[in-house]
Amino acid sequence: MTAAVDKAAPVAANRERARSLAMLAAIWGVLALAPFWMPYLGGYTALGTRVLVLGLGAMAVNFLLGFTGVLSFGHAAWFGLGAYGCGLFLKFIAHSTPLSIVAGTLLGGVMGAILGALIVRRRGVYFAMVTIAFGQVFYYIAFQWSSLTGGDDGLRGFQRAPLDLGFTTVDILYNSTAFYYFVLICFAAAAAVMGFILRSPFGRTMLAIRENERRARFLGIPIELHIWIVFTLSCFFMAFAGSLYALVNNFADPLGLHYSQSGNFVIMAVLGGMRKFWGPLLGAAVFVVLQDYVSSLTVNWQFFIGLLFVVVVLFFPRGLLGFFQQRVQS
Amino acid sequence: MTQLILFNVTNGLIIGAFYVLMAIGLSLILNLSNVINFAHGGFLVVGGYLAYTLEPYLGFWGALLASPFLTAILGLAIERVLIRPLYGRDPLYSLLLTFGLAFMFEDGTRFIWGAQGKPFTVPDFMAQSLSTEFFFLTGYRLFMVAMVAVTVTLLFLLLRFTRAGIRIRAGTLDLDTVSALGVNVRGLRSLNFGVGIFLAGLSGVLAGGQLGLEPTMGAGLLMPSFIAIIVGGVGSLIGTLVGGLLIGVASGLTAVLLPSASEAVIYVLMAVVLLIRPRGLFGEEGMLT
Repeated sequence: MTAAVDKAAPVAANRERARSLAMLAAIWGVLALAPFWMPYLGGYTALGTRVLVLGLGAMAVNFLLGFTGVLSFGHAAWFGLGAYGCGLFLKFIAHSTPLSIVAGTLLGGVMGAILGALIVRRRGVYFAMVTIAFGQVFYYIAFQWSSLTGGDDGLRGFQRAPLDLGFTTVDILYNSTAFYYFVLICFAAAAAVMGFILRSPFGRTMLAIRENERRARFLGIPIELHIWIVFTLSCFFMAFAGSLYALVNNFADPLGLHYSQSGNFVIMAVLGGMRKFWGPLLGAAVFVVLQDYVSSLTVNWQFFIGLLFVVVVLFFPRGLLGFFQQRVQS
Repeated sequence: MTQLILFNVTNGLIIGAFYVLMAIGLSLILNLSNVINFAHGGFLVVGGYLAYTLEPYLGFWGALLASPFLTAILGLAIERVLIRPLYGRDPLYSLLLTFGLAFMFEDGTRFIWGAQGKPFTVPDFMAQSLSTEFFFLTGYRLFMVAMVAVTVTLLFLLLRFTRAGIRIRAGTLDLDTVSALGVNVRGLRSLNFGVGIFLAGLSGVLAGGQLGLEPTMGAGLLMPSFIAIIVGGVGSLIGTLVGGLLIGVASGLTAVLLPSASEAVIYVLMAVVLLIRPRGLFGEEGMLT
């Protein structure tokens, strides 16, 4: 009996690996071909770009929430800071797309690192409340400092610059397909770094903290330090996504810093499946498409977004991926 | 100058009294059920608008009395159907649920009563200033502060001397033990939730008389209430009381010196408190942290 199990184990492991490889190939295939199949489903390329960017944001939230078990409800602040950093750089400093992304990412990430150090000892609902409140600080700054940020109207007057590759330039401003692929490459780079960290020994400590913080502490893991590192990394990813978002719209919106936007990111992660790496991307796709569709039907679309939150919490707490997996297993 | 400072301190105290009333309701629910009730602002708005609808039939006093009770009944129904299944699960889920409810309340109010603001009229004798020198002291403002003071005192007395109140306080410290002693924890949580929502409804009526009614007014009052709780210390109602008054007065005083920073100062206050005393002014170490 045991011999049979021993023989079956490597086969099962191989099959598992083959399945996850096929899964990966399918995901990247769908993403890479999106500009070709989306028009047939009534989508448009800019919608796909938005899904990618917001999906990256939701994955950054999930990096902290799903894999470390720390609930930040103010992550829109870092997203928005990235957007404003990127936009201000393009508007006032230099007309370069890559440098503006670096500037936005640094602004959001460094601010996140500083505030993270202040709140990292808090846990659970207390942590959530403190992150909400601190996130609002940046909303007020963007809202009040209108001479710099444009206040309520948002930051306008900048455009993404064509990419200069040395031997050729790529027009990502007017060619929306080219811009989609630019965003896809950025997304792939960020996702690769995220996946690499999660597979590293450090990534394993994240899971250990999520599963049992006290036990992880007894194993000698410096919990506060690790949570701070994860928080900071997550802020950097978030600010990176925010920078891209500013480029998507050629515009930075103070509402992008608001706690309601944080809530949207968290619901995308939960809707897709918090425990899964790709869950938040699926959640973002569903959320963005639904929002796009409902807001074209009724002015009271916020009501239906709220309803979506309620439905997800009550009926899909494990997310769509978790839900389908359960169906397949049973 | 003295008058200006006095004016702004009084303003701050009055706004602080609002924060207190709202934050204590939030705090009650947070302490016993570990639920961050994002929809608290939504209940506040419902309370205000219900009073507006009832006023032509019941008059000001009738509306003031009836509306918080109706809001509390709505709150109890929502707790029973939507929130109760989530106790014992990750607080993330109740947070997201009430977050969604807040959207639904805001848009629902807009749908029913319209996006335009509505006035909520208070009796004439309260609308006038008490003296020309202290023009900012209208009867209604004094009445509001008195209402808040009486309500909060009553709440503290109930928590101190009634059986249910003592159980709620005990449950805040250790709900499992309270349950093991044979107390109906479900009922206790419902009661506690209802009281919290009652306070939200009352804040809505009082705020409506002062500021007028708008669908978004609840969301605006929610964040200061969070900060009042954090500054005062999670788990302590006295802390919430002090925190609310403190941030009210702080933003009132800042309005004299540097008007554009009066919103931001409460966040600065929170950062300072978290740096120096992370558990909050009256918080106990280990409570929900």
